[in-house]
Amino acid sequence: MPESDSPGTSLATLYQEMILDHYRRPRNRAPLPDASITVERNNPLCGDLIQLSLAFDGEIVRAAVWRGQGCSISSASASMMTQAIAGRTFGHARTIAARFGAMLSGDRAAADDELLGDLRALSAVARYPMRIKCALLPWSALEEGMLGKRGVGDGG
Amino acid sequence: MSSLAPRSDFPILLAHPGLRYLDSAATSQKPRAVLDAISAYYSEDNANPHRGAYELSVRATERYHAARERVARFCGVADADCLIFTRGTTEAINLVASAWGRANIRSGDEVIVTGMEHHANFVPWQQIAFEQDARFRICELTPDGRIDLDELRAMLGRHTRVVAFNHVSNALGTINPVREIAAIVRERSDALIVCDGAQGAPHIPVAFDSLDVDFYAFSGHKMCGPMGIGALIGRRGTLETMPPYQTGGDMIEFVLDYRTTWNVLPHKFEAGTPNVGDAVGLAAAADYLDGLGMDAVRAHELALVKLATTALGDVDGIHIYGPPPEDRSGVISFTLSDIHPHDLATILDGDGVCIRAGHHCAQPLMRRLGVAATARASFYIYNDEADIEALLGALHRARGLFGYAGV
Repeated sequence: MPESDSPGTSLATLYQEMILDHYRRPRNRAPLPDASITVERNNPLCGDLIQLSLAFDGEIVRAAVWRGQGCSISSASASMMTQAIAGRTFGHARTIAARFGAMLSGDRAAADDELLGDLRALSAVARYPMRIKCALLPWSALEEGMLGKRGVGDGG
Repeated sequence: MSSLAPRSDFPILLAHPGLRYLDSAATSQKPRAVLDAISAYYSEDNANPHRGAYELSVRATERYHAARERVARFCGVADADCLIFTRGTTEAINLVASAWGRANIRSGDEVIVTGMEHHANFVPWQQIAFEQDARFRICELTPDGRIDLDELRAMLGRHTRVVAFNHVSNALGTINPVREIAAIVRERSDALIVCDGAQGAPHIPVAFDSLDVDFYAFSGHKMCGPMGIGALIGRRGTLETMPPYQTGGDMIEFVLDYRTTWNVLPHKFEAGTPNVGDAVGLAAAADYLDGLGMDAVRAHELALVKLATTALGDVDGIHIYGPPPEDRSGVISFTLSDIHPHDLATILDGDGVCIRAGHHCAQPLMRRLGVAATARASFYIYNDEADIEALLGALHRARGLFGYAGV
Protein backbone atom coordinates (compact mmCIF):
# COMPACT_ATOMS: atom_id res chain seq x y z
CA MET A 1 0.00 0.00 0.00
CA PRO A 2 1.47 3.40 -0.92
CA GLU A 3 2.29 5.68 1.96
CA SER A 4 0.78 8.95 0.81
CA ASP A 5 -2.71 9.74 -0.44
CA SER A 6 -5.71 7.55 0.13
CA PRO A 7 -5.53 4.20 -1.62
CA GLY A 8 -8.49 5.21 -3.76
CA THR A 9 -6.83 8.32 -5.15
CA SER A 10 -3.49 6.72 -5.94
CA LEU A 11 -5.08 3.62 -7.43
CA ALA A 12 -7.21 5.84 -9.66
CA THR A 13 -3.99 7.57 -10.77
CA LEU A 14 -2.29 4.25 -11.36
CA TYR A 15 -5.19 2.92 -13.40
CA GLN A 16 -5.99 6.14 -15.23
CA GLU A 17 -7.75 6.19 -18.57
CA MET A 18 -4.59 6.34 -20.67
CA ILE A 19 -3.12 3.21 -19.07
CA LEU A 20 -6.31 1.24 -19.53
CA ASP A 21 -6.60 2.49 -23.09
CA HIS A 22 -3.13 1.21 -23.98
CA TYR A 23 -3.89 -2.04 -22.13
CA ARG A 24 -7.10 -2.63 -24.04
CA ARG A 25 -6.04 -1.17 -27.39
CA PRO A 26 -2.32 -1.88 -27.45
CA ARG A 27 -0.40 0.05 -30.11
CA ASN A 28 2.20 -1.52 -32.36
CA ARG A 29 1.05 -5.03 -31.70
CA ALA A 30 1.67 -6.26 -35.19
CA PRO A 31 4.16 -8.45 -36.97
CA LEU A 32 7.41 -6.88 -38.18
CA PRO A 33 8.62 -9.06 -41.07
CA ASP A 34 11.89 -7.18 -41.55
CA ALA A 35 12.85 -7.07 -37.86
CA SER A 36 16.57 -6.73 -37.19
CA ILE A 37 16.26 -8.40 -33.83
CA THR A 38 13.61 -9.94 -31.58
CA VAL A 39 14.10 -10.04 -27.84
CA GLU A 40 12.00 -11.99 -25.38
CA ARG A 41 11.82 -10.99 -21.76
CA ASN A 42 9.80 -12.57 -19.02
CA ASN A 43 9.28 -12.10 -15.36
CA PRO A 44 9.52 -15.62 -13.94
CA LEU A 45 7.89 -14.52 -10.70
CA CYS A 46 4.60 -13.58 -12.33
CA GLY A 47 4.76 -15.07 -15.80
CA ASP A 48 4.58 -11.77 -17.70
CA LEU A 49 6.08 -12.12 -21.14
CA ILE A 50 7.16 -9.49 -23.67
CA GLN A 51 8.49 -10.15 -27.13
CA LEU A 52 9.93 -7.02 -28.66
CA SER A 53 10.90 -6.80 -32.32
CA LEU A 54 13.02 -3.91 -33.56
CA ALA A 55 13.96 -2.83 -37.07
CA PHE A 56 17.12 -0.76 -37.20
CA ASP A 57 18.32 1.67 -39.78
CA GLY A 58 21.93 2.11 -38.78
CA GLU A 59 21.77 3.54 -35.26
CA ILE A 60 18.10 4.47 -35.60
CA VAL A 61 15.18 2.42 -34.30
CA ARG A 62 13.09 2.56 -37.47
CA ALA A 63 10.22 0.46 -36.09
CA ALA A 64 9.31 -1.25 -32.85
CA VAL A 65 6.50 -3.75 -32.30
CA TRP A 66 5.68 -6.09 -29.46
CA ARG A 67 3.70 -9.14 -28.50
CA GLY A 68 3.17 -10.87 -25.23
CA GLN A 69 0.96 -11.15 -22.22
CA GLY A 70 1.01 -9.26 -19.03
CA CYS A 71 -0.72 -6.92 -16.66
CA SER A 72 -2.00 -3.47 -17.59
CA ILE A 73 1.22 -1.84 -16.39
CA SER A 74 3.65 -3.93 -18.45
CA SER A 75 1.33 -3.86 -21.48
CA ALA A 76 0.78 -0.09 -21.36
CA SER A 77 4.49 0.44 -20.83
CA ALA A 78 5.32 -1.68 -23.89
CA SER A 79 2.65 -0.02 -26.00
CA MET A 80 3.77 3.51 -25.12
CA MET A 81 7.45 2.63 -25.36
CA THR A 82 7.14 1.42 -28.94
CA GLN A 83 5.47 4.73 -29.82
CA ALA A 84 8.08 6.78 -28.00
CA ILE A 85 11.17 5.21 -29.54
CA ALA A 86 10.11 4.70 -33.15
CA GLY A 87 12.27 6.87 -35.40
CA ARG A 88 14.68 7.73 -32.59
CA THR A 89 18.42 7.21 -32.54
CA PHE A 90 19.83 4.70 -30.06
CA GLY A 91 21.17 7.61 -28.05
CA HIS A 92 17.80 9.32 -27.89
CA ALA A 93 16.02 6.05 -27.03
CA ARG A 94 18.50 5.51 -24.19
CA THR A 95 17.87 9.01 -22.88
CA ILE A 96 14.13 8.34 -22.80
CA ALA A 97 14.77 5.00 -21.09
CA ALA A 98 16.97 6.66 -18.47
CA ARG A 99 14.38 9.36 -17.77
CA PHE A 100 11.66 6.73 -17.56
CA GLY A 101 13.75 4.74 -15.09
CA ALA A 102 14.36 7.89 -13.04
CA MET A 103 10.62 8.63 -13.00
CA LEU A 104 9.92 5.14 -11.63
CA SER A 105 12.56 5.69 -8.95
CA GLY A 106 10.49 8.62 -7.75
CA ASP A 107 12.36 11.48 -9.46
CA ARG A 108 9.71 14.21 -9.65
CA ALA A 109 11.60 16.23 -12.24
CA ALA A 110 11.62 13.21 -14.54
CA ALA A 111 7.89 12.77 -13.97
CA ASP A 112 7.40 16.29 -15.41
CA ASP A 113 9.87 15.88 -18.26
CA GLU A 114 8.09 16.50 -21.56
CA LEU A 115 10.60 14.22 -23.22
CA LEU A 116 8.59 11.34 -21.76
CA GLY A 117 5.32 12.42 -23.33
CA ASP A 118 2.47 9.98 -22.63
CA LEU A 119 4.80 7.76 -20.64
CA ARG A 120 4.33 10.18 -17.76
CA ALA A 121 0.98 8.48 -17.20
CA LEU A 122 2.98 5.67 -15.62
CA SER A 123 4.56 7.91 -12.98
CA ALA A 124 2.25 6.57 -10.25
CA VAL A 125 3.93 3.18 -10.58
CA ALA A 126 6.81 4.66 -8.55
CA ARG A 127 4.57 4.38 -5.50
CA TYR A 128 4.06 0.64 -6.01
CA PRO A 129 7.48 -0.98 -5.58
CA MET A 130 6.13 -4.42 -6.49
CA ARG A 131 4.99 -3.12 -9.87
CA ILE A 132 8.07 -1.22 -11.01
CA LYS A 133 9.44 -4.41 -12.52
CA CYS A 134 6.27 -4.71 -14.64
CA ALA A 135 6.76 -1.22 -16.09
CA LEU A 136 10.47 -1.83 -16.78
CA LEU A 137 10.09 -5.23 -18.47
CA PRO A 138 9.74 -3.90 -22.06
CA TRP A 139 12.55 -1.40 -21.48
CA SER A 140 14.97 -4.11 -20.49
CA ALA A 141 14.05 -5.87 -23.74
CA LEU A 142 14.77 -2.64 -25.62
CA GLU A 143 18.18 -2.27 -24.03
CA GLU A 144 19.06 -5.87 -24.85
CA GLY A 145 17.87 -5.36 -28.41
CA MET A 146 20.05 -2.32 -28.93
CA LEU A 147 23.02 -4.05 -27.33
CA GLY A 148 22.40 -7.14 -29.44
CA LYS A 149 22.53 -4.98 -32.53
CA ARG A 150 25.92 -3.73 -31.51
CA GLY A 151 27.05 -7.26 -30.65
CA VAL A 152 25.97 -8.63 -34.02
CA GLY A 153 27.64 -5.71 -35.78
CA ASP A 154 26.59 -3.95 -38.93
CA GLY A 155 27.97 -6.61 -41.22
CA GLY A 156 24.79 -8.72 -41.04
CA MET B 1 -19.38 -16.63 10.78
CA SER B 2 -16.35 -16.00 12.96
CA SER B 3 -12.84 -17.37 12.74
CA LEU B 4 -12.07 -20.83 14.13
CA ALA B 5 -8.93 -19.71 15.94
CA PRO B 6 -9.08 -16.50 17.99
CA ARG B 7 -7.56 -13.78 15.82
CA SER B 8 -5.90 -12.47 18.98
CA ASP B 9 -3.73 -15.62 19.03
CA PHE B 10 -1.87 -14.19 16.02
CA PRO B 11 0.40 -11.24 16.84
CA ILE B 12 0.61 -10.18 13.19
CA LEU B 13 -3.17 -9.76 13.00
CA LEU B 14 -3.03 -7.58 16.10
CA ALA B 15 -0.17 -5.56 14.63
CA HIS B 16 -2.17 -4.92 11.44
CA PRO B 17 -5.81 -4.62 12.45
CA GLY B 18 -7.02 -3.88 8.91
CA LEU B 19 -5.20 -6.81 7.37
CA ARG B 20 -7.32 -9.27 5.40
CA TYR B 21 -4.82 -12.06 4.95
CA LEU B 22 -6.04 -14.40 2.22
CA ASP B 23 -2.76 -15.96 1.19
CA SER B 24 -2.32 -18.80 3.64
CA ALA B 25 -1.76 -21.29 0.83
CA ALA B 26 1.52 -19.40 0.29
CA THR B 27 2.37 -19.25 3.97
CA SER B 28 0.27 -19.21 7.12
CA GLN B 29 0.53 -16.73 9.94
CA LYS B 30 1.97 -17.94 13.23
CA PRO B 31 0.19 -18.12 16.59
CA ARG B 32 1.91 -16.71 19.63
CA ALA B 33 2.29 -20.23 21.05
CA VAL B 34 4.62 -21.13 18.18
CA LEU B 35 6.67 -17.95 18.47
CA ASP B 36 6.94 -18.46 22.23
CA ALA B 37 8.04 -22.08 21.85
CA ILE B 38 10.85 -21.08 19.49
CA SER B 39 11.91 -18.26 21.75
CA ALA B 40 11.82 -20.52 24.82
CA TYR B 41 13.96 -23.13 23.09
CA TYR B 42 16.66 -20.59 22.28
CA SER B 43 16.32 -18.91 25.66
CA GLU B 44 16.42 -22.04 27.78
CA ASP B 45 17.52 -25.18 25.95
CA ASN B 46 19.76 -24.30 23.03
CA ALA B 47 22.88 -26.36 22.36
CA ASN B 48 24.06 -28.54 19.50
CA PRO B 49 22.16 -31.81 19.87
CA HIS B 50 23.66 -35.31 19.56
CA ARG B 51 27.09 -34.03 20.49
CA GLY B 52 27.75 -32.63 23.93
CA ALA B 53 28.12 -34.77 27.00
CA TYR B 54 26.87 -31.86 29.06
CA GLU B 55 23.33 -31.52 30.28
CA LEU B 56 22.27 -28.63 28.07
CA SER B 57 23.12 -30.59 24.92
CA VAL B 58 21.19 -33.54 26.28
CA ARG B 59 18.22 -31.24 26.77
CA ALA B 60 18.45 -29.91 23.21
CA THR B 61 18.63 -33.51 21.96
CA GLU B 62 15.55 -34.40 23.96
CA ARG B 63 13.64 -31.39 22.66
CA TYR B 64 14.49 -32.37 19.10
CA HIS B 65 13.46 -35.96 19.68
CA ALA B 66 10.21 -34.91 21.32
CA ALA B 67 9.45 -32.53 18.43
CA ARG B 68 9.82 -35.40 15.96
CA GLU B 69 7.50 -37.62 17.98
CA ARG B 70 4.94 -34.82 18.21
CA VAL B 71 4.95 -34.03 14.50
CA ALA B 72 4.83 -37.75 13.66
CA ARG B 73 1.75 -38.10 15.85
CA PHE B 74 0.17 -35.12 14.06
CA CYS B 75 0.35 -36.92 10.73
CA GLY B 76 -0.44 -40.42 11.91
CA VAL B 77 3.04 -41.93 11.81
CA ALA B 78 3.64 -44.63 14.44
CA ASP B 79 7.35 -45.04 13.69
CA ALA B 80 8.66 -41.52 14.33
CA ASP B 81 12.13 -42.37 13.02
CA CYS B 82 10.56 -42.53 9.57
CA LEU B 83 9.86 -38.79 9.73
CA ILE B 84 12.86 -36.94 8.36
CA PHE B 85 13.06 -33.23 9.06
CA THR B 86 13.85 -31.22 5.93
CA ARG B 87 13.81 -27.53 5.04
CA GLY B 88 10.34 -28.04 3.59
CA THR B 89 8.40 -29.88 0.91
CA THR B 90 10.78 -28.86 -1.86
CA GLU B 91 13.78 -30.35 -0.14
CA ALA B 92 11.80 -33.43 0.86
CA ILE B 93 10.81 -34.21 -2.73
CA ASN B 94 14.29 -33.48 -4.00
CA LEU B 95 15.57 -35.92 -1.40
CA VAL B 96 13.39 -38.72 -2.78
CA ALA B 97 13.95 -37.87 -6.43
CA SER B 98 17.66 -37.64 -5.92
CA ALA B 99 18.47 -40.39 -3.42
CA TRP B 100 15.83 -42.96 -4.38
CA GLY B 101 15.65 -41.90 -8.00
CA ARG B 102 19.35 -42.21 -8.80
CA ALA B 103 19.48 -45.66 -7.22
CA ASN B 104 16.28 -47.04 -8.69
CA ILE B 105 15.19 -45.30 -11.89
CA ARG B 106 16.65 -46.92 -14.98
CA SER B 107 16.66 -46.30 -18.67
CA GLY B 108 13.26 -47.20 -20.12
CA ASP B 109 11.41 -46.64 -16.83
CA GLU B 110 8.54 -44.18 -16.64
CA VAL B 111 8.03 -41.40 -14.14
CA ILE B 112 4.47 -40.07 -13.92
CA VAL B 113 3.35 -36.76 -12.48
CA THR B 114 0.10 -34.87 -13.04
CA GLY B 115 -0.79 -31.66 -14.82
CA MET B 116 -1.69 -29.93 -11.55
CA GLU B 117 1.64 -30.24 -9.75
CA HIS B 118 3.48 -27.42 -8.05
CA HIS B 119 6.92 -26.99 -9.61
CA ALA B 120 8.37 -28.61 -6.46
CA ASN B 121 6.70 -31.91 -7.38
CA PHE B 122 7.24 -31.53 -11.11
CA VAL B 123 10.73 -30.27 -11.86
CA PRO B 124 12.65 -32.73 -9.62
CA TRP B 125 10.92 -35.64 -11.41
CA GLN B 126 11.33 -34.10 -14.85
CA GLN B 127 15.04 -33.65 -14.18
CA ILE B 128 15.73 -37.05 -12.60
CA ALA B 129 13.88 -38.74 -15.47
CA PHE B 130 16.07 -36.84 -17.91
CA GLU B 131 19.24 -37.77 -15.99
CA GLN B 132 18.34 -41.45 -15.77
CA ASP B 133 17.15 -41.64 -19.37
CA ALA B 134 13.64 -42.48 -18.18
CA ARG B 135 10.39 -41.33 -19.76
CA PHE B 136 8.67 -38.42 -18.05
CA ARG B 137 4.89 -38.52 -18.41
CA ILE B 138 2.15 -36.15 -17.36
CA CYS B 139 -1.30 -37.40 -16.42
CA GLU B 140 -3.86 -34.90 -17.70
CA LEU B 141 -6.77 -33.39 -15.80
CA THR B 142 -10.53 -33.46 -16.18
CA PRO B 143 -12.20 -30.21 -17.31
CA ASP B 144 -13.15 -29.37 -13.70
CA GLY B 145 -9.57 -29.66 -12.50
CA ARG B 146 -9.16 -33.17 -11.09
CA ILE B 147 -6.64 -35.85 -11.92
CA ASP B 148 -8.06 -37.91 -14.78
CA LEU B 149 -8.05 -41.34 -13.12
CA ASP B 150 -8.99 -43.14 -16.33
CA GLU B 151 -5.98 -41.69 -18.03
CA LEU B 152 -3.82 -42.60 -15.05
CA ARG B 153 -5.05 -46.22 -15.24
CA ALA B 154 -4.16 -46.33 -18.91
CA MET B 155 -0.69 -44.92 -18.30
CA LEU B 156 0.31 -47.39 -15.58
CA GLY B 157 2.20 -50.55 -16.32
CA ARG B 158 5.33 -52.56 -15.67
CA HIS B 159 7.53 -49.66 -16.78
CA THR B 160 6.04 -47.24 -14.25
CA ARG B 161 8.69 -46.54 -11.62
CA VAL B 162 7.31 -43.48 -9.85
CA VAL B 163 3.90 -41.82 -9.54
CA ALA B 164 4.03 -38.39 -7.91
CA PHE B 165 0.95 -36.27 -7.23
CA ASN B 166 -0.24 -33.72 -4.73
CA HIS B 167 -2.69 -34.33 -1.94
CA VAL B 168 -4.24 -30.91 -2.55
CA SER B 169 -3.56 -28.62 -5.50
CA ASN B 170 -2.07 -25.31 -4.39
CA ALA B 171 -3.47 -23.46 -7.40
CA LEU B 172 -6.97 -24.96 -7.64
CA GLY B 173 -7.53 -26.35 -4.16
CA THR B 174 -8.59 -29.74 -5.59
CA ILE B 175 -8.47 -32.43 -2.91
CA ASN B 176 -7.22 -35.59 -4.56
CA PRO B 177 -8.46 -39.02 -3.44
CA VAL B 178 -5.06 -40.22 -2.22
CA ARG B 179 -6.12 -43.70 -1.12
CA GLU B 180 -8.03 -44.33 -4.33
CA ILE B 181 -5.09 -43.19 -6.46
CA ALA B 182 -2.70 -45.33 -4.42
CA ALA B 183 -4.95 -48.35 -4.92
CA ILE B 184 -5.05 -47.77 -8.69
CA VAL B 185 -1.27 -47.48 -8.83
CA ARG B 186 -0.66 -50.59 -6.66
CA GLU B 187 -3.06 -52.64 -8.77
CA ARG B 188 -1.29 -51.91 -12.01
CA SER B 189 2.35 -51.34 -11.17
CA ASP B 190 5.14 -51.62 -8.63
CA ALA B 191 5.72 -47.88 -8.74
CA LEU B 192 6.89 -45.78 -5.85
CA ILE B 193 4.06 -43.46 -4.76
CA VAL B 194 5.07 -39.97 -3.68
CA CYS B 195 2.49 -37.55 -2.33
CA ASP B 196 3.16 -33.82 -2.05
CA GLY B 197 1.27 -32.89 1.09
CA ALA B 198 2.28 -29.22 1.29
CA GLN B 199 -1.36 -28.18 0.93
CA GLY B 200 -2.73 -31.30 2.62
CA ALA B 201 -1.22 -31.53 6.09
CA PRO B 202 -2.12 -27.94 7.09
CA HIS B 203 -5.77 -28.26 6.07
CA ILE B 204 -7.12 -31.79 6.36
CA PRO B 205 -6.48 -34.65 8.77
CA VAL B 206 -3.60 -36.81 7.53
CA ALA B 207 -2.98 -40.37 8.68
CA PHE B 208 0.14 -41.40 6.80
CA ASP B 209 0.10 -44.99 7.98
CA SER B 210 -3.29 -45.59 6.36
CA LEU B 211 -2.71 -43.62 3.15
CA ASP B 212 -0.74 -46.41 1.44
CA VAL B 213 1.74 -44.02 -0.18
CA ASP B 214 5.49 -44.54 0.04
CA PHE B 215 6.39 -40.94 0.75
CA TYR B 216 4.50 -37.91 2.01
CA ALA B 217 6.10 -34.45 2.18
CA PHE B 218 4.98 -31.21 3.80
CA SER B 219 6.15 -27.80 4.98
CA GLY B 220 5.88 -26.38 8.48
CA HIS B 221 5.34 -22.76 7.48
CA LYS B 222 2.00 -23.47 5.80
CA MET B 223 0.63 -25.03 9.00
CA CYS B 224 1.37 -22.31 11.55
CA GLY B 225 4.98 -23.38 12.00
CA PRO B 226 8.14 -21.45 11.17
CA MET B 227 9.73 -21.16 7.72
CA GLY B 228 12.70 -23.43 7.09
CA ILE B 229 11.34 -26.71 8.44
CA GLY B 230 9.21 -29.45 6.97
CA ALA B 231 9.27 -33.19 6.76
CA LEU B 232 9.50 -36.23 4.58
CA ILE B 233 7.68 -39.28 5.84
CA GLY B 234 8.62 -42.61 4.37
CA ARG B 235 8.46 -46.32 5.07
CA ARG B 236 11.24 -47.84 7.11
CA GLY B 237 12.13 -50.49 4.55
CA THR B 238 12.40 -47.96 1.75
CA LEU B 239 14.35 -45.42 3.78
CA GLU B 240 16.80 -48.01 5.09
CA THR B 241 17.70 -49.32 1.66
CA MET B 242 18.04 -45.85 0.11
CA PRO B 243 21.42 -44.18 -0.18
CA PRO B 244 21.78 -40.89 1.72
CA TYR B 245 20.89 -37.54 0.15
CA GLN B 246 23.53 -35.27 1.67
CA THR B 247 26.61 -36.39 3.55
CA GLY B 248 28.51 -34.82 6.42
CA GLY B 249 28.14 -34.57 10.15
CA ASP B 250 25.44 -36.34 12.16
CA MET B 251 24.48 -38.73 9.36
CA ILE B 252 27.51 -41.01 9.70
CA GLU B 253 28.29 -44.06 11.79
CA PHE B 254 32.00 -44.57 11.06
CA VAL B 255 34.15 -42.47 8.81
CA LEU B 256 37.13 -44.54 7.71
CA ASP B 257 39.84 -43.12 5.51
CA TYR B 258 38.33 -44.49 2.32
CA ARG B 259 34.88 -45.59 3.31
CA THR B 260 31.98 -44.34 5.44
CA THR B 261 29.02 -46.09 6.99
CA TRP B 262 25.71 -44.42 7.67
CA ASN B 263 23.89 -43.60 10.86
CA VAL B 264 20.47 -45.11 11.56
CA LEU B 265 17.13 -43.45 10.73
CA PRO B 266 16.27 -40.65 10.87
CA HIS B 267 19.83 -39.26 11.18
CA LYS B 268 21.02 -40.87 7.95
CA PHE B 269 18.99 -38.27 6.06
CA GLU B 270 19.71 -35.29 8.29
CA ALA B 271 23.26 -34.21 7.54
CA GLY B 272 24.67 -31.30 9.54
CA THR B 273 23.42 -29.57 12.67
CA PRO B 274 19.67 -30.11 12.77
CA ASN B 275 17.18 -27.26 12.87
CA VAL B 276 16.05 -27.90 16.44
CA GLY B 277 14.53 -24.46 17.04
CA ASP B 278 12.18 -24.74 14.10
CA ALA B 279 11.38 -28.39 14.85
CA VAL B 280 10.27 -27.27 18.31
CA GLY B 281 8.21 -24.53 16.63
CA LEU B 282 6.62 -27.04 14.28
CA ALA B 283 5.74 -29.30 17.21
CA ALA B 284 4.06 -26.31 18.87
CA ALA B 285 2.13 -25.74 15.64
CA ALA B 286 0.99 -29.37 15.74
CA ASP B 287 -0.17 -28.81 19.33
CA TYR B 288 -2.03 -25.70 18.25
CA LEU B 289 -3.77 -27.32 15.29
CA ASP B 290 -4.67 -30.47 17.22
CA GLY B 291 -6.03 -28.18 19.91
CA LEU B 292 -8.46 -26.80 17.35
CA GLY B 293 -8.97 -30.27 15.87
CA MET B 294 -8.10 -30.96 12.26
CA ASP B 295 -11.68 -31.99 11.49
CA ALA B 296 -12.80 -28.58 12.72
CA VAL B 297 -10.09 -26.92 10.60
CA ARG B 298 -11.38 -28.68 7.50
CA ALA B 299 -15.01 -27.87 8.35
CA HIS B 300 -14.16 -24.20 8.90
CA GLU B 301 -12.33 -23.86 5.59
CA LEU B 302 -15.09 -25.65 3.75
CA ALA B 303 -17.70 -23.30 5.21
CA LEU B 304 -15.62 -20.26 4.20
CA VAL B 305 -14.87 -21.49 0.70
CA LYS B 306 -18.56 -22.28 0.13
CA LEU B 307 -19.55 -18.79 1.26
CA ALA B 308 -16.83 -17.20 -0.86
CA THR B 309 -17.71 -19.25 -3.94
CA THR B 310 -21.35 -18.22 -3.69
CA ALA B 311 -20.52 -14.57 -3.04
CA LEU B 312 -17.87 -14.29 -5.76
CA GLY B 313 -20.01 -16.25 -8.18
CA ASP B 314 -22.42 -13.30 -8.30
CA VAL B 315 -19.74 -10.86 -9.45
CA ASP B 316 -20.09 -10.02 -13.14
CA GLY B 317 -17.19 -11.31 -15.22
CA ILE B 318 -15.77 -13.70 -12.63
CA HIS B 319 -14.48 -17.11 -13.58
CA ILE B 320 -13.71 -19.61 -10.82
CA TYR B 321 -11.39 -22.54 -11.56
CA GLY B 322 -11.39 -26.04 -10.13
CA PRO B 323 -14.02 -28.44 -8.81
CA PRO B 324 -17.02 -27.43 -6.66
CA PRO B 325 -16.19 -26.16 -3.15
CA GLU B 326 -16.97 -29.52 -1.48
CA ASP B 327 -13.96 -31.01 -3.24
CA ARG B 328 -11.64 -28.07 -2.66
CA SER B 329 -9.57 -27.01 0.29
CA GLY B 330 -9.85 -23.38 1.39
CA VAL B 331 -8.70 -22.10 -1.99
CA ILE B 332 -10.57 -20.07 -4.57
CA SER B 333 -8.71 -19.45 -7.81
CA PHE B 334 -10.31 -16.99 -10.21
CA THR B 335 -10.02 -14.37 -12.91
CA LEU B 336 -12.17 -11.25 -13.25
CA SER B 337 -13.08 -9.91 -16.72
CA ASP B 338 -9.99 -8.55 -18.47
CA ILE B 339 -8.40 -7.35 -15.25
CA HIS B 340 -5.01 -8.99 -14.98
CA PRO B 341 -4.53 -10.85 -11.67
CA HIS B 342 -1.52 -8.65 -10.82
CA ASP B 343 -3.61 -5.55 -11.22
CA LEU B 344 -6.29 -7.17 -9.08
CA ALA B 345 -3.76 -7.96 -6.36
CA THR B 346 -2.50 -4.37 -6.35
CA ILE B 347 -6.02 -2.95 -6.15
CA LEU B 348 -7.06 -5.40 -3.42
CA ASP B 349 -3.94 -4.51 -1.45
CA GLY B 350 -5.28 -0.94 -1.35
CA ASP B 351 -8.02 -2.34 0.89
CA GLY B 352 -5.61 -4.44 2.95
CA VAL B 353 -6.75 -7.62 1.19
CA CYS B 354 -3.75 -9.89 0.53
CA ILE B 355 -4.21 -12.38 -2.29
CA ARG B 356 -1.76 -14.19 -4.52
CA ALA B 357 -1.63 -13.44 -8.24
CA GLY B 358 0.40 -15.29 -10.80
CA HIS B 359 1.12 -18.82 -11.95
CA HIS B 360 1.33 -20.18 -8.39
CA CYS B 361 4.51 -22.11 -9.23
CA ALA B 362 2.33 -24.27 -11.45
CA GLN B 363 3.10 -23.18 -15.01
CA PRO B 364 2.15 -26.57 -16.51
CA LEU B 365 -1.29 -26.19 -14.90
CA MET B 366 -1.70 -22.61 -16.13
CA ARG B 367 -1.03 -23.79 -19.69
CA ARG B 368 -3.70 -26.44 -19.27
CA LEU B 369 -6.18 -23.88 -17.96
CA GLY B 370 -5.28 -21.65 -20.89
CA VAL B 371 -4.40 -18.65 -18.73
CA ALA B 372 -1.12 -16.93 -17.88
CA ALA B 373 -2.13 -16.30 -14.30
CA THR B 374 -5.01 -16.45 -11.86
CA ALA B 375 -5.86 -14.63 -8.67
CA ARG B 376 -6.02 -16.89 -5.62
CA ALA B 377 -7.63 -16.24 -2.28
CA SER B 378 -6.95 -18.89 0.36
CA PHE B 379 -8.49 -19.28 3.78
CA TYR B 380 -7.27 -20.62 7.07
CA ILE B 381 -8.25 -20.90 10.70
CA TYR B 382 -8.04 -17.15 11.47
CA ASN B 383 -10.20 -16.05 8.54
CA ASP B 384 -13.82 -15.09 8.97
CA GLU B 385 -16.79 -13.83 7.02
CA ALA B 386 -15.54 -10.24 7.24
CA ASP B 387 -12.52 -11.30 5.18
CA ILE B 388 -14.85 -12.50 2.43
CA GLU B 389 -16.84 -9.28 2.57
CA ALA B 390 -13.62 -7.27 2.28
CA LEU B 391 -12.56 -9.39 -0.69
CA LEU B 392 -15.92 -8.89 -2.35
CA GLY B 393 -15.88 -5.14 -1.76
CA ALA B 394 -12.37 -4.85 -3.17
CA LEU B 395 -13.34 -6.85 -6.27
CA HIS B 396 -16.20 -4.44 -6.92
CA ARG B 397 -13.79 -1.56 -6.55
CA ALA B 398 -11.44 -3.17 -9.05
CA ARG B 399 -14.31 -3.45 -11.51
CA GLY B 400 -15.08 0.22 -11.00
CA LEU B 401 -11.47 1.25 -11.59
CA PHE B 402 -11.42 -0.74 -14.80
CA GLY B 403 -14.57 0.97 -15.99
CA TYR B 404 -17.13 -1.76 -15.41
CA ALA B 405 -20.51 -0.43 -14.37
CA GLY B 406 -23.08 -2.00 -12.12
CA VAL B 407 -21.28 -2.11 -8.78
